[in-house]
Amino acid sequence: MALVSSPVPPALRSKRRRERARTLAFLSPWLIGFGFFFLYPLVSTAYFSVTSYDGYTPPVFSGLQNWDFVFTKYPAFWKGLGNTLWLVVVMVSLRVVFGLGIGMLITKVKSGAGFFRTAFYLPYLAPPVAATMAFAFLLNPGTGPVNHLLGELGLPQPGWFTDPSWSKPALTLLALWGVGDLMVIFMAALLDVPKEQYEAAELDGAGPFQRFRYVTLPNISPIVMFAVVTGVIQTMQYYTQAIVAGKVASGVIGGSGQQFEPGYPSGSTWTLPQMVYRLGFQTYDYGSACVVAMVLFALSMAFTSLLLRRRSGFLAED
Amino acid sequence: MTLAPALPREAAAPAAAATRTARRRAALHWVAVHALAIAAALFFVLPFVFVFLTSVMTDHQALTSDLWPHHWQWSNFAKVWNTPGFLTWWRNTLLYAAAGTALTVASSLPVAYALAKFRFRGRNLALMAVVSMMMLPPQVTVIPMYLFWAKQLHLTGSLWPLIIPMAFGDAFSIFLLRQFLLTIPQEYVEAARIDGCGELRTLLRVVLPMAKPAVAAVALFQFFYCWNDYFGPQIYASENPGAWTLSYGLESFKGSHHTNWNLTMAATLLVLAPVIVLFFFAQRAFVEGVTLTGVKG
Repeated sequence: MALVSSPVPPALRSKRRRERARTLAFLSPWLIGFGFFFLYPLVSTAYFSVTSYDGYTPPVFSGLQNWDFVFTKYPAFWKGLGNTLWLVVVMVSLRVVFGLGIGMLITKVKSGAGFFRTAFYLPYLAPPVAATMAFAFLLNPGTGPVNHLLGELGLPQPGWFTDPSWSKPALTLLALWGVGDLMVIFMAALLDVPKEQYEAAELDGAGPFQRFRYVTLPNISPIVMFAVVTGVIQTMQYYTQAIVAGKVASGVIGGSGQQFEPGYPSGSTWTLPQMVYRLGFQTYDYGSACVVAMVLFALSMAFTSLLLRRRSGFLAED
Repeated sequence: MTLAPALPREAAAPAAAATRTARRRAALHWVAVHALAIAAALFFVLPFVFVFLTSVMTDHQALTSDLWPHHWQWSNFAKVWNTPGFLTWWRNTLLYAAAGTALTVASSLPVAYALAKFRFRGRNLALMAVVSMMMLPPQVTVIPMYLFWAKQLHLTGSLWPLIIPMAFGDAFSIFLLRQFLLTIPQEYVEAARIDGCGELRTLLRVVLPMAKPAVAAVALFQFFYCWNDYFGPQIYASENPGAWTLSYGLESFKGSHHTNWNLTMAATLLVLAPVIVLFFFAQRAFVEGVTLTGVKG
């Protein structure tokens, strides 16, 4: 086709035009969606971030005032960024390690594999609000069964969602409970590792640890990478569990007339997405909320580009 | 073991001993693996058990740290079911999930098909745009979107701002369907074209029947996404209790029954139940779908 420098025959040209129209027709729902629910609000968010806007009076251009406010006069921003990074580092790495461990375990189980697989997977499907509610009950310091059992064993009984130094570990525990998605992905990857490689390693006298290090890991490393990057992106959006846990533990919930300020206890569960909600929908400072939204956008795009750079594998191009 | 008879007599005894140690080691391995699996199963299952046990306790006992109900008060479930609003939340959630799922599948399939099977300029760019959209935190665009639905269309206080966008393709569904459609050999598509099938007919008559597992997985994921969604209803529907969904309502349920863990846990179970029932009906489609998101890693 590259050789065609002579004029394209009219029949071929009309065929191409037809093909282009057909492609456009098939893509059209998404093209509208992409423009309207992605590009437009993105440009609009960037615009609002340099305006002063409360939703009632029209937006007024204010330069970098909001950016200056968020970065230098709003310490809660750094606190929220720090919490988000804490969750990204601790929650994601523990989830990947635990998911891989459970995935390996399930490939070794001979009896009752179906039962175990279902048991390990099911919590992942629990609606986040329901799961958080359940954990708020299980971990409540007064009557919760977890502290009850810890007490019987003579172990310390932390305050979990009510203690600033235990609230993020409690959220991490909740995230580990829902590790089923990673388990299934790792299970599939582990079953794909060629058996001969294990046999060859065993003949060479490799022990279980060496087999894991030199056979398993190199084979599944693309999947581990995928799990880490998507985990990071998901955790930057971490919202529902954090805000619901805070509401339930603090007792300030809709209907009680009070407005819940996310982050309970002492801002320890306060994350960037909640900041957008707080600034935009509770204090009506849309400009500053959009600054935080832009920061969130920059961070998630940075990780997405990491994923896309390895797109040969990820997108499986033909 | 099959080698044993071929061995010289003097070697047979040690070989038998070796088999015995190997067998013993295998048995030990079996025990260790299953003990670990049982420990893990306790971690995953016990929360459900405790939630259930508390949900059938009396109000009085729910204030203690007892683990086992003295008196099984099944009426808690009826009480939750009859709470004003609960049925409305249920209906709203079902409407959101059913309409959202149908619209998402219908609008995403043709896009995924075009991205997997058509050759056109800008295809890779379109694909990267889909992935970027998939990874975008919803909070990034929520302020202009909210202002649009509230001030231009006056549709906040309902679930329409959440349902309508699903008629315009969902990035995750497009991506997942495309990954699956790539595995369908191009020859089927070519054959249908040669037989004079239009593109839409090819998609619906030839490709769709082969893509059933992926379509089922996408539908399930989307149904669950809508069912579980909290952020969306909180932003768009919270101002009108008549438009609340279960996830959003469940939280306020805790607000108005804040001392009664038993009723809150009964409500939690009633929100969980449909998800679990659906899972048992469609287990295969699920696991295949999850695998599909990861295998091409």
